[in-house]
Amino acid sequence: MAYRRITFLLMIVSLSFFGLQGESSTKTVNAFSSQVIQQGAVGDDVIELQSRLQYLGFYNGKIDGVFGWGTYWALRNFQYEFGMEIDGLAGQTTKDKLVSASNYDEGYVKENINQGTDFTHYGGGEQKGTPSGENTTNTDTESTGGNATAVNVPQGYSQNDIQLMANAVYGEARGEPYEGQVAVAAVILNRIESPTFPNNASGVIFEPRAFTAVADGQIWLEPNDKAREAVIDAINGWDPTGNATYYFNPDTATSDWIWTRPQIKKIGKHIFCK
Amino acid sequence: MIRWILIGVLSLGLVGTGVWGYMEHQEKNAILIQAENTYQRSFHELTYHMDLLNDQIGTALAMNSTERLSPQFVEIWRLTSEALSNVGQLPLGLLPFNKTEEFLSDIGDFTYRTAVRNLENSPLTEEETETLQELYIQSGDIKNELREVQHIALENNLRWMDVQVALANQDEQMDNTIIDGLKTVEKSVEEYTEGNTQSSIIGTSSKDHSYKYLTGKEISEQEAIDKSKKIFNVENDENITIAESGDGSDIPLYSISYNNDEKRGYMDMSKQGGYPLSLLVTRDIGENKISLNEGAENALDYLESFDLDNMSLIGSSEYNRVGVYSFLYTENDVRVYSDAVEVKVALDNGEILGLAANNYYMNHTDRDIPSPEISEEEAKKVVNPNVEIQEEFLAIIDNDLGEEVLTYEFLGTLDNDTYRIFINAMNGMEEKVEKLDGTEINYASNF
Repeated sequence: MAYRRITFLLMIVSLSFFGLQGESSTKTVNAFSSQVIQQGAVGDDVIELQSRLQYLGFYNGKIDGVFGWGTYWALRNFQYEFGMEIDGLAGQTTKDKLVSASNYDEGYVKENINQGTDFTHYGGGEQKGTPSGENTTNTDTESTGGNATAVNVPQGYSQNDIQLMANAVYGEARGEPYEGQVAVAAVILNRIESPTFPNNASGVIFEPRAFTAVADGQIWLEPNDKAREAVIDAINGWDPTGNATYYFNPDTATSDWIWTRPQIKKIGKHIFCK
Repeated sequence: MIRWILIGVLSLGLVGTGVWGYMEHQEKNAILIQAENTYQRSFHELTYHMDLLNDQIGTALAMNSTERLSPQFVEIWRLTSEALSNVGQLPLGLLPFNKTEEFLSDIGDFTYRTAVRNLENSPLTEEETETLQELYIQSGDIKNELREVQHIALENNLRWMDVQVALANQDEQMDNTIIDGLKTVEKSVEEYTEGNTQSSIIGTSSKDHSYKYLTGKEISEQEAIDKSKKIFNVENDENITIAESGDGSDIPLYSISYNNDEKRGYMDMSKQGGYPLSLLVTRDIGENKISLNEGAENALDYLESFDLDNMSLIGSSEYNRVGVYSFLYTENDVRVYSDAVEVKVALDNGEILGLAANNYYMNHTDRDIPSPEISEEEAKKVVNPNVEIQEEFLAIIDNDLGEEVLTYEFLGTLDNDTYRIFINAMNGMEEKVEKLDGTEINYASNF
């Protein structure tokens, strides 16, 4: 009987030892870099932030490496519960508090992210990863997002909208200076805003005879990063055209009518008008 | 013998080519017909919707009870949007048909505004009834013109494909009955818009302040260049080009650009006062060295260098090595949504890559901000009880009618989604509700 009790005790001791060891090893591994993490940030620090907030039960969303609204509210609630200043920024004090209050199993999180599985990182042994059907392995390690599986998009626009517009911009203005590419994107957006044109990107772009690149198929060329950046700038509010809804190339324009529009300015080869 | 074999092979080849050519031809025709059918469908739907629109406006005129009028206006609004989308599908890019589109969208705006209004409390005014009557007559005329074009097109079996060709080669004489017909429609609308300017529906879709608060004297071209050199942080004149804006510009501008080995910059500067309305610098950006947060501080310092004070950060996003920040002018803790400024910062060395301040300069003025007439608690009661309110602010926004109104701004969550809700601080009306997203699963890892 006594023998059994001793083995039992031994088991408990060894178990707790293992537990402690596991705990201490995860604790020392990787803490945040020195940056103050704020909403909109992307990268490994955000993954760690989300994992730790999830460990404590504040964050229920996906650990995707992008500091969106869900992460923002989770962080604020954490700051509220722990009696800190509620500013939604992960500064040094907040990060220290997070590190001391939670565990972060970096290897486990990164492995699951790389395998594209649905997983959670809750404390109390609830961690589980279920392999999803499609294996969407993230092989892109060059991008600045690192392991992030999501991206920031401007409010109200999807990546597909941006892609479509980037196609149009590249097809129409790939030889133009950068501001000329932003300008073409801005015209598409001004048309979406204008009551006399369709109210969505695809409607404006595919409106028959609106863009020559659509008519001759150049829209289906693969756009480069500059064209995408130009589209994102335009969506974020840059409009070098001064609110133009038309533009044309004076060397190739076939319509007399276009010359009657009030002209705003010329950027590169294109004249922009109201 | 060989000759016969040769003849056999060649004639087989000939027959083969013939069959192939014929099949290609069939295929091309099939596709042409497809396209033609889409155009035809849009055109006929357009005439149908104009018919219906005219009917419905007529019915609205006859209605008196408010509970019927609101749904009726919604119906008219729906029809204008259908008709607009039909116009958008027609190959009219080279044909000026925009007056008709504007006319449709005016009807849409008018009916929308009256439909969302509580007609019980504020019934149609006499002016609005008059406007409606005018719209009824005008839509009737347009309907008749379109009907006529449709009739001719059907009788002569006209094709939109031919219209397209006719529009493309304007010097060639072709049968362009459709074009002429549509031009007539457009012309008649043009006559109306002039007569319409007195009534309330034109130009209220959004009230532009159009830079009327800009101060300072007009600057010369040389002054603009000197100013821009400071802003661009460049020394020599050689690479700088400057141009003046044309008649279509909202206000007179200088557009200044420069180009050197690694960078290219572009800026719009107002002639009056020499304010930088929009600035873009492009170059290759290296690895991230500074955080989004440090970038925000750079952006704020930059704004202060233009005397853009009291700006508060409301949004920041990291895109592929750049940080983009949105700031709002804030006065006594009231955020003014129309006075917005965006700044773009390179995250490799913190350099400013862009400034979009046109909204700020267009709208900013010394406002007389009233104090709210209802309390925050009262405003919170208007918000959907399922939304958990997390943050609250006072804000000035443009409402549906394009007027600036003081509101309580609530940021709240409902399940996993975040919403921004504006409650009018004077009368407790729910002015705007907006779902906030801003992130998306990365479908393409190279994005």
